[in-house]
Amino acid sequence: MERVFMKGCQAIAEAAIRAGCRFFAGYPITPQNEIPEYFSRRLPEVGGVFLQGESETASAAMLYGAGATGIRAMTSSSSCGISLMSEAIGWMAGACIPVVICNVSRGGPGIGSIQPSQQDYFQATKASGNGGFRMLVFAPSTVQEAVDMTYRAFDLAQKYKYPVYILTDGFTGEMMEPVVLPPMRSEEFLAAERKANEAWAVRGRGGAPKAHKIRCGTRFGVRCPLEQKNKEDWEMYERWKKDEIEYETDGTEDAELIITAYGISARIARSAVSILRKEGYKVGFIRPIKIHPFPEIAYEQLDYSRLRGILCAEMSIPPQFTYDVEAVVRKRAPIGTCLRSGGEIIERSAIIEAAKKLYGAK
Amino acid sequence: MKKIYARPKGLYRNINGYCPGCLHSAAGKIIMSVLEEMDLLDRTAMVDGVGCCANNDNYMDLDAIGTPHGRACATASAIKRCSPETIVITYQGDGDLASIGLAETMLAANRGDNITVFFINNANYGMTGGQMAPTTLLDMKTTTTPFGRNPKEHGYPMDMCKILSALRGPSYIARVTCIDVPNVRKARQAVKDALQHQVDGKGFSMVEFVSNCPTNWGLTPLESLRFAKERMLAEYPLGVYRNL
Amino acid sequence: MPKIEIEPEFCKGCMYCAETCPKKVIGTTSAVNSKGYQYAVPLHPENCIGCTLCAVICPDAAIEVYKEE
Repeated sequence: MERVFMKGCQAIAEAAIRAGCRFFAGYPITPQNEIPEYFSRRLPEVGGVFLQGESETASAAMLYGAGATGIRAMTSSSSCGISLMSEAIGWMAGACIPVVICNVSRGGPGIGSIQPSQQDYFQATKASGNGGFRMLVFAPSTVQEAVDMTYRAFDLAQKYKYPVYILTDGFTGEMMEPVVLPPMRSEEFLAAERKANEAWAVRGRGGAPKAHKIRCGTRFGVRCPLEQKNKEDWEMYERWKKDEIEYETDGTEDAELIITAYGISARIARSAVSILRKEGYKVGFIRPIKIHPFPEIAYEQLDYSRLRGILCAEMSIPPQFTYDVEAVVRKRAPIGTCLRSGGEIIERSAIIEAAKKLYGAK
Repeated sequence: MKKIYARPKGLYRNINGYCPGCLHSAAGKIIMSVLEEMDLLDRTAMVDGVGCCANNDNYMDLDAIGTPHGRACATASAIKRCSPETIVITYQGDGDLASIGLAETMLAANRGDNITVFFINNANYGMTGGQMAPTTLLDMKTTTTPFGRNPKEHGYPMDMCKILSALRGPSYIARVTCIDVPNVRKARQAVKDALQHQVDGKGFSMVEFVSNCPTNWGLTPLESLRFAKERMLAEYPLGVYRNL
Repeated sequence: MPKIEIEPEFCKGCMYCAETCPKKVIGTTSAVNSKGYQYAVPLHPENCIGCTLCAVICPDAAIEVYKEE
């Protein structure tokens, strides 16, 4: 287990390489530039393919092609770049292509700003493209988590034969901190997986009994009516709600106020919680680790009779994550928000102040 | 009695859905017969654009992948680089290749990606009902140029062979047609040469088929061949534009 | 005597073959296939010289040509 001091974007790329990623296509856009840059040096070292697309649109189509050959493949971009990829992301979901997509989000909408934000929550968790498909969406709050989640994302993509999405932000992507890097996937493991994927991949029939046809409405290279494919995907999304929920809670049993946040905001909120506790406030903390499927259980199991309120901290105005919290809380407790947006970074003091206001007298 | 002309083995024995006389079928037939002759059927992956071109692989017994409109060359570039032993061909219409996918086409050509692009030019968006395409002829009426295409409003027909010839990446560029027997034979040779370029690893190759669209041109199949001969070939001269 | 076989289900009646045949062998009858196309038939098979031009021009590979050894 190596421990190195690395920038978020580069750590994500190295984690992908170690997870067995052998193809990356991407396009320059701040704040994720170090991901393509890192891959352009590192992929040739492991016999992989790096392609700088002429646009994010083309890069996503390249990812689709690479994924369709059965190898581990990834792309990354930032907010408006991800928007340009959305049609192809829909194709990859529609055709069951296992890939990893990383959004190092920035201020929005449109070109927005190059500073970090969490304004792509809805895009990531509700509608990354047309047609109502969903994806597993990781939300790392530290560079270490970004590394671990990227590493796991490749296995989940292959397990479900579906794109997996990592929603991080310019803050996490551009800061440096020590990380422990996971081990390299063995070439034997990757070769065996590629061999297994030849059951559906498009690489030329090579004597297979039937030609593989991949397009929207196919699974494992076999065509099925679109509605049937939609239903099968829906069943998978429901299974995710049982098998793939991931969240963290701390001190919610006796809490009179809950602070909830995801990603980088949760890291800042966590330290606000510890300060408030030292000042005698009974504050609990909930952090979704995957923001889709949304961990409703974390909020269902709260003791609402004790709660003065729930404070949502996110870097998005209008709020987005807050709506999902409101949906599950169903007015059983007042919802407060602490919001920054457009690239402005949420401050711990603001979270503390908003929490005290919502808490009321001690 | 010996069979001296056979239906290509690679064509499924199903009913082809293209309009009567549409030369999309002819292009598909030629591609499959050449792949059969070069013994590449088992190694080929076809990357379809979106439009009428997307249907052809339903009739062709080879691996195929549909891609978002205009992105076939990008997807093909990735497949080729990830699976170099695969013969990667794209099959695209004029809207797919020269309009929404122009950047993907130009940049794949400019990278000299070792793929073969088959480009069907029928001067309109066929599948969607006959709208103007970049290759629509001047004065040609389409459902979005009801008074005829005029340069001031709609620009000029795009000669993709000349445009790609300005790039150093491509190794083979030819324009052919299937409107009569001599040209079908030349088209077959061009397809063979283009695929040989890929087999030899020489880089980007493209064959443009000047085609027809009886339905949206509002002509009978035979009339559409005459229109293609007189008007299309005048705008899109046949020939080999590059053969390195 | 060379002969051609036209698969009725594959033919869509575009008549490129009839136009191309140097011996005017091919024409149509009132028969239509399952798609309702009036498919081409060798009306004068005796004139066929086995030149295969009809099969070459046929966009849908509906025609196969036979010739004695």
